[in-house]
Amino acid sequence: MVEARERAEGVVGPRRYEEVLKAARSRAEEALRAVGVSFSIEEGKGFVDLVVDVDSVVRAAEALKAAGFDHVVSVTAVDYPKRKQIKVAYHVTSYLDPEIAGGIVGLAVYLPRASPEMPSLTSVWVSAEFMEREVYEFFGVHFRGHPDLRPLLLVPELAEKHPLRKDFVVREESIYEGVPERVRRG
Amino acid sequence: MSGEVRVYGGWRDDLGLRVIPSKRIGKDVYEVFIGPQHPGSGHMRIIIRVDGDVIVEADPDIGYVHRTMEKLGEIRGWIKPIPLFERMAIHDACNITLPYVRAVEKLMGVEAPLRAKYLRVLLCEINRIASHLYGFAIFSIFLGHSTMYMWAMGDREVFIQLAEELTGARLTHSYPIPGGVRRDIPQGFPDMARRAVRYMRKRLEEYRKMFLENPVIRSRLEGVGVIPKNLAAELGLVGPNARGSGIAYDVRIIEPYEVYDELDFEVPVYTEGDALARTYVRVEEIAQSLRIIEQVVDWLEKKPREPIVDESIYKKYPPLHKKILESQGRAKLLPWMATMKVPAGAAIGRGETGRGEIIYYVESDGGVNPYRVRIVTPSARNVIAFKYALPGHRVMDLPAIYGSLDYFPPEADR
Repeated sequence: MVEARERAEGVVGPRRYEEVLKAARSRAEEALRAVGVSFSIEEGKGFVDLVVDVDSVVRAAEALKAAGFDHVVSVTAVDYPKRKQIKVAYHVTSYLDPEIAGGIVGLAVYLPRASPEMPSLTSVWVSAEFMEREVYEFFGVHFRGHPDLRPLLLVPELAEKHPLRKDFVVREESIYEGVPERVRRG
Repeated sequence: MSGEVRVYGGWRDDLGLRVIPSKRIGKDVYEVFIGPQHPGSGHMRIIIRVDGDVIVEADPDIGYVHRTMEKLGEIRGWIKPIPLFERMAIHDACNITLPYVRAVEKLMGVEAPLRAKYLRVLLCEINRIASHLYGFAIFSIFLGHSTMYMWAMGDREVFIQLAEELTGARLTHSYPIPGGVRRDIPQGFPDMARRAVRYMRKRLEEYRKMFLENPVIRSRLEGVGVIPKNLAAELGLVGPNARGSGIAYDVRIIEPYEVYDELDFEVPVYTEGDALARTYVRVEEIAQSLRIIEQVVDWLEKKPREPIVDESIYKKYPPLHKKILESQGRAKLLPWMATMKVPAGAAIGRGETGRGEIIYYVESDGGVNPYRVRIVTPSARNVIAFKYALPGHRVMDLPAIYGSLDYFPPEADR
């Protein structure tokens, strides 16, 4: 059994992350251009988001998958009430392609906050299944075609309130909250 | 053991993309609820459907220990989430909080001094060993091997005391802060660490005889819960579970943070993908972490002491704080940090915890609170493995597979 151990340095590194990210980014951009999906770029520190249209997101995802981005590390949603939008980004990377392994590229869409709906990408990336359920309960984004769309972490009553939206305000409780007046006076 | 992979379950070896549909209950199929209370690592329920004694479907039902980490992270400023987030896995506190701190550092544009980086790595590796030993203990009790449970829990105490000596707290250390760490090593720490390393090496040998080469244990783990390489990649498994399936992926090498690129260590990878392979990965990783601790302690002993916080922060220290830092090696948090503002932008910070890759997506709008903190913990990514690894096995294999995945509910539920 011990013989099966490989020295991982020979397989993947060591290398500079910036170079990997650059390689991953150009690979992703090429893949999207090849299938004719237009996109805009949003820079982040340690990753890059490629923003596409909701109608072309499935084609874009399939292209990225074929280009070697084999799993989702995070389905990240952010609520922007001022712009009336919710951003959903699939941060993906690769395990099996050593050239781009670890470089995080985001496939992002902006959805209208009033009725956020997009096609599920679980059929492209199996690893997105539970994370889409999470975005569903916390933000109320409806994923069309998801095999099993129901709350993951929250109880149904709380999930209906979509607690990670900005208009769900956490109220600070005082120490004596709910304690009857006569007990409070001691 | 040969390198041959035995294939069970609801997927084929050629894989392709086949999402297992849920809720397909047939005739003569019984639904069994396992948990949320069980003698394991916490509260989590697996709903399995069995045909006779064979699992046909598994539906991991999680969320029993959800503590709204992401929401609370948006209302408590930039510093207070550090002690909050480490509650996800208190025995792995430094590994869990460090990526958040690094994401904030990226946004602030500060960097920890070299000595602080070594100190962070030191605590990370102490935590990694403690985390693996904790996982081992739970795994053993799952298998009914109570001796190994006692041993692992007892030996974990050695590393908890080491962490206490370094940080002042046994578990929730809150050690890394943006721009540095909170304490330097105390007098006599290097020798204490070396002694712990020598002790643990001997113990690993005893673990091998007692547990890993125990025919009963091997018969329960070998060829059980096989996850082939392609499936592990599809499911996005992380940490020892991915490395047990032949994926050579470790954040410490993929994106060398702190001083991991200056240290000499190996990342063990096994290709079998079964429960035994995942167990071996963890044992090997303990041995590698011991090597790292030795190197780091040597470095810390040789090099002269220097401030353990970034220069831009050190400059703002009043004389009293500077004196405490020089005489006792303790970096005090300055009051302005509680209400500090962080430049707008988004950053991803990640690290390799004991259980695998953790990712923080931190977005700032330039205010006193993070605008959004998205946390993806290793257990949250590993939980999908239950759905794909369990079908095809007998119910008696469930504890062995659960334990070998080292799944930790408080971490997954956040």
